[in-house]
Amino acid sequence: MSYLEYNLAAVPVGFRKILALNWPILILLTAISGVGFIMLYSVAGGQIDRWAQPQMLRFFLGMTGLFVVAMVPIWFWRNMSFPAYCLAILLLIAVEFVGTTGMGAQRWIDLGFIRLQPSEVMKIALVLVLAAYYDWLPREHISRPFWVLLPALLILIPVFLVLRQPDLGTSLLLIMGGGAIMFLAGVHWAYFATIIGSGIGLVVAIFQTRATGWQLLKDYQYSRIDTFLNPDRDPLGAGYHITQAKIAFGSGGWTGRGLMQGTQSRLNFLPEKHTDFIFTTLSEEFGFIGSISLLGLYTLVVLACIASALSNKDRFSALLTLGIGITFFLFFALNIAMVMGLAPVVGVPLPLVSYGGSAMLILLLGFGLMQSAHVHRPRPKFK
Amino acid sequence: MKYNPNDIINAAQKLSRRTILVGALQLGVVTALGARMRFLQIKEAEKFRLLAEENRINMRLLPPARGIMFDRDGRPVAANVPNYRILLVREETEDVEQVLTQLQKLIAINPNDLEKARRELSRRSAFVPVTVTENLTWSDFARVAANAPALPGLLTDVGLSRIYPQKENLAHVVGYVGPVSEHYLSRTKDPDPLLQIRRFQVGKTGVEAQMEHDLRGSAGHQRIEVNAVGRVMRELQRTEGQPGATVKLTIDSKIQNFALARMDGLSASAVVIDCATGDLLAVASSPSFDPNLFVRGISSKNYNALRDDIFGPLRAKAVQGTYAPASTFKTITALAALEDGVLSPDDTVFCPGHFEISNNRFHCWKRQGHGALNVEDSIAQSCDVFFYSISQKVGIDKISAMARRFGLGEYHDLPLSAISRGVAPTRAWKQKSFDKAWLLGDTVNASIGQGYVLASPLQLAIMAARLGTGRAVQPRLLKSIDDKAMSLGTGAPLDVDPAHLKVVQRAMFAVTNTKKGTAYSKRIVSPDLQMAGKTGTAQVRRITAEERLTGVISNEDLPWEKRDHALFVNYAPHDNPKVAVAVVVEHGGSGSSTAAPIARDITLFALTGQMPELSHYPSGVKAQIKEEQEELAPKLFDWSTLDRKGQVQT
Repeated sequence: MSYLEYNLAAVPVGFRKILALNWPILILLTAISGVGFIMLYSVAGGQIDRWAQPQMLRFFLGMTGLFVVAMVPIWFWRNMSFPAYCLAILLLIAVEFVGTTGMGAQRWIDLGFIRLQPSEVMKIALVLVLAAYYDWLPREHISRPFWVLLPALLILIPVFLVLRQPDLGTSLLLIMGGGAIMFLAGVHWAYFATIIGSGIGLVVAIFQTRATGWQLLKDYQYSRIDTFLNPDRDPLGAGYHITQAKIAFGSGGWTGRGLMQGTQSRLNFLPEKHTDFIFTTLSEEFGFIGSISLLGLYTLVVLACIASALSNKDRFSALLTLGIGITFFLFFALNIAMVMGLAPVVGVPLPLVSYGGSAMLILLLGFGLMQSAHVHRPRPKFK
Repeated sequence: MKYNPNDIINAAQKLSRRTILVGALQLGVVTALGARMRFLQIKEAEKFRLLAEENRINMRLLPPARGIMFDRDGRPVAANVPNYRILLVREETEDVEQVLTQLQKLIAINPNDLEKARRELSRRSAFVPVTVTENLTWSDFARVAANAPALPGLLTDVGLSRIYPQKENLAHVVGYVGPVSEHYLSRTKDPDPLLQIRRFQVGKTGVEAQMEHDLRGSAGHQRIEVNAVGRVMRELQRTEGQPGATVKLTIDSKIQNFALARMDGLSASAVVIDCATGDLLAVASSPSFDPNLFVRGISSKNYNALRDDIFGPLRAKAVQGTYAPASTFKTITALAALEDGVLSPDDTVFCPGHFEISNNRFHCWKRQGHGALNVEDSIAQSCDVFFYSISQKVGIDKISAMARRFGLGEYHDLPLSAISRGVAPTRAWKQKSFDKAWLLGDTVNASIGQGYVLASPLQLAIMAARLGTGRAVQPRLLKSIDDKAMSLGTGAPLDVDPAHLKVVQRAMFAVTNTKKGTAYSKRIVSPDLQMAGKTGTAQVRRITAEERLTGVISNEDLPWEKRDHALFVNYAPHDNPKVAVAVVVEHGGSGSSTAAPIARDITLFALTGQMPELSHYPSGVKAQIKEEQEELAPKLFDWSTLDRKGQVQT
């Protein structure tokens, strides 16, 4: 479907575009970010300028970007998909050489005003390129091996680069996010069955090669897996983070201990309390009610994305919207599962809440694309 | 591109179906997450709340101040002094080395301490205060405190450490404290958490060890909130501990000090007991040592010097040492015979200088013999043959029974370390201990306090007190604990015929106050202070028949460790005994020449409370006594220094 087929006359123009934005999602994103500001204020021990204020700045910057991206017609972004993907690949290669190392991984490129994580950019770029690919691909080719291999390569090239950093969490997000788009686009069931089957085979291989000369993962990744499987085995060593996170989480009870009253976070028992583990602080201080509410907000965002996609007759737009929603979902689900001890500690931030370099900015730009798709969705020619 | 509306519709339908499928999957995951939240935060909340509290709250012990000890007149003998310390917190200074250099400009620091502090600083967390130096003088401490603003990271702190202000004076009585040993911890059943404090100070010997329970006090508690790396955030609750009990001893440290000074240069011991109350006024063992050396850990050089000294400064000879009581025991043999009825006060025995029994010849110390003597003269002149003879009539078991009534061979329960029981031998005892039958010759030896008989100076002093008063005087060392007075040791009258006791008392008076008495030259002439006593010279080697033929080698010609022990026991005033004294000088020669003058001077000091006046001495010895006193005076403790220290500790 080319842009010529859009009913251009029905698409709002000028300031009317603002009215046509998907406001429920904007409000939800703002609410979630608001929770983030409060939590960052709390974990800083009541200091606003430590984390909350820079985070607000980044939020406003991101929101501005979101509006700008949303105003630009979606067909422009569709045409930008492949260049964006290529740029992201280049950034991932560049980080190999000029990247800044943090937490044992090469992840950032310091641009001065912001520390850019190319892997974050890739998450959105991959969604874009896959949506464009399946929009362009004739329907009857979708399940043909060659046309399946192509998008698989589009996914695996960045996965390979991200794994080299090494960043297991983002690699998993890319594979799951990309795979989900391929599935939504209509690729035959059998491929997924094969992939999942070989995925299980890979897991077996990973454990079988352990402690041999050609083991597939780094030692610290193995130890994270061990720790995940049995955190109580070493409660003061590698399992310390998970154990402490669970204690913080559980001690919240129904209503929590109150803002800035969480002893686990205030006394530094929690690791990475302002980034990856911020959800535990929320749970400790606002209890079950607080944590289930935030989970509800996240879920509403995903549902709103699905609703928007289902009502969008443009294939690219629908796939893009779903892809953004799924990426968002994978982010928060993996993070929450991680801090509750359901998933290995792989270093995935809580979207919009964790304090972090470019994650919030890129995510909001992603939602800008989704908004653009929503604003510029095809309207019926005749009412 | 072909335009096929059906294709588009099919694709759109497929997309919608799969979207709903994926959406449902997502909802499923969210539900699982919600369920996990509910499990952790609702069902397991109690458990995790508890774990969070355990994380957060630490209990810290507040060690109590150890109980202090005074002598009977309130002079401090064991006290706590502030221990001025300088600590350094690494994180509060930018340059540790620079601060240490600055500190060294202010005060002198032992390079070893400095090296230790550097090691600790690099090993411990940045916020942990590390001791740089301790036991500073007040002026050094004040200088550092005044310069504190220029020394970032330095903390000044005051702890408590044990001090024995009278140094050597009461080392064997009070003992000393030291860090609790791993060995002790591994076998003690004491649940006191204080013992778990690293290097917690506990009593090691003497009253410090025996009264540990009262002196230690009980721990206070502090509940503190800590963060993940153990830094103290705030105090939540504080319960003060109970300081240890204040213990008042019966010791009169002036008498104790005089006794030690008088025995200076000798391996000797002296016990002074109050006849009316049983109070031990002095329990002195010479030479002594400075217990303060042990408090902070004694150097092996110092310790080896103390351990290897042949005079045994670490031994509490006054209670731990046992000696043959020698002739002092004749009082007991005489009483046993009188009480048994085999001897009447007027019976005489002829002493030819030796005594034959079952082909063995036992000698009297006087080779030419004493001639015919009654019991009183036999004690006064210390004739051996008289007692050889009467002992055969009484038998050893009755003599020993009498000895026990006078405190020999009995355990006296005092809060001191290593109290010896001594030996009052019986037939059964020898059979049991050596699997040998009692021989007649054993009784002969025992009758003059040799052979198997053994007694400590403490027991000899008790014997003298009981002989002087006729009551079973019980020794006591504690006057009061926390102002609660301990019961007196006055004792019930002994079940001995007063007339018989009188005979022995008269004889003991004769020892020091009649011309033929063995200690006549050591008498006290002031009528109201006159003493009654008994000399003893304990042989520590066997004198062979050949040696007797060629003449017994005099003590001066023998190596020190083969010379006789010199003993003297006495009570005074003789007609109304106030104090009883026992002195034993190891390898000191004869009792009358070595032990008696020491006992006399200590007795006079105990009765008059000052350096004895020359008027108490017989005119012949006054010049010599004056000389001795001038030599003795500088050895006495300077009590003016104690007052100052006493003020510091309270």
